[in-house]
Amino acid sequence: MFKRPYYIALAIVALLILLVLNLPNGTTARFKTSLGSIFLPLFGITGVTQQATARAGDNLLPKSELIAENNSLRRQNQELRLQVAQAATSSNENERLRQLLGWQKQNRWNVKLARVILRDPANWWRTVQIDLGSRNGLSNKLAVLSPEGFLIGHVSSVSLTKSQVVLIGDDNCKVPAFIENTDRSQGVIIGSGPFDSSFVKLTHLPANAIAKPGQRVVTSELSAIYPKGILIGQIADNARLVESGLITEADVKLAANLSSLEEVWVLFP
Amino acid sequence: MTILPNILILLTALLVVFFQGAFNGVRHLLGAQVDLLPALMVYAALTSGPVMMMTLAVFGGLMFDTLSVNPLGISALPLLFIGFLLQLRRDLLLREQLYAQFTLGLIASALAPVMTVFTLFTLEQSPLLGWGSLWQWIVMSVGGGIATPVFFFLFDRLNHALGYQPIVESSFRADREIRRGRN
Repeated sequence: MFKRPYYIALAIVALLILLVLNLPNGTTARFKTSLGSIFLPLFGITGVTQQATARAGDNLLPKSELIAENNSLRRQNQELRLQVAQAATSSNENERLRQLLGWQKQNRWNVKLARVILRDPANWWRTVQIDLGSRNGLSNKLAVLSPEGFLIGHVSSVSLTKSQVVLIGDDNCKVPAFIENTDRSQGVIIGSGPFDSSFVKLTHLPANAIAKPGQRVVTSELSAIYPKGILIGQIADNARLVESGLITEADVKLAANLSSLEEVWVLFP
Repeated sequence: MTILPNILILLTALLVVFFQGAFNGVRHLLGAQVDLLPALMVYAALTSGPVMMMTLAVFGGLMFDTLSVNPLGISALPLLFIGFLLQLRRDLLLREQLYAQFTLGLIASALAPVMTVFTLFTLEQSPLLGWGSLWQWIVMSVGGGIATPVFFFLFDRLNHALGYQPIVESSFRADREIRRGRN
């Protein structure tokens, strides 16, 4: 059994924890940044180990395989150069036509590649940490894309060397989106449950919205964070009426694989 | 008493939290990440004093919340509660028995996420919950249950290897030997 001073100590510790819990968000963020520095040596060790493993793997590859891969990449590079040249021509044409019609000029995407270093240890959040921070020019509410260019979430908090990205499906990441069909019904992407991270829900669609399996869902212009037209996923099943028939809802299969993210693009405005 | 076992427990807490964030093999395989802090708390509460129990609750909880979106300090409260309950009844618990270690780890690992989620709701947070959470809860509980005897085994070995070992002296002295018989 405890003695009286221990009960007092326990009460003091519990009160201190409650005090920390009720601190303002800014102060908590600063505390988290300071405490996070304790993990820096571990991040360093993990990074070095991964690099060493990769280097060991490279050394084990036979030279003939490397030459074949190099040739294949060269061919791919030439094809991509051709595609870039074609895209540049189309882009210039698009810009000229927009100018003629008096439409607003479209901004090009500025992106930075980041490495995913950590996942949220708690099962009830869907976030990752990336190795870019404020010193790399990151700030809150920047869109984050998968290496293939599909939407995966946005930056939710930034420290000097790291940033937290909240992924689609988390309750703190609601994305205004529309279905690419004749109807172009607008809705909101929300999470569909903690177990399968490859599905989300497109909800708040109008009651008469048409959503059929296979139709593409992209970000809408209603968001202040995400640029319009980034692919989120495809409708997975026929839409259903919910909330006493007031709104339509459909399951969306995400285009990006959130469970195996290793690198991501951070999109700058 | 040496401070080394306590430092080892805190160091393990740090490594365990980092492991949960950086390595996702279990998450990919079973759809849930196992939380090893309650299992570590069972070991610490049954083998160390109240000061160590409180230190582990605060340190482990804060470290966990630093890597998570959880509000800072929310994971410390369930750990403190579990540690307190265990220490209150530690004289009655069969801490040497494997099944007792497993059962205590299972209960602690089941209790900790429930308490954390409940506290999250009271703080008006909205964690990602659904029917899948039930499976995650089972994985976390069983994972914690399995980890507890492992912690006991590893720390016992470490303490044995690094701790002070008393020299066993025999009462036998060659010059005082009584020789029986005629020669």
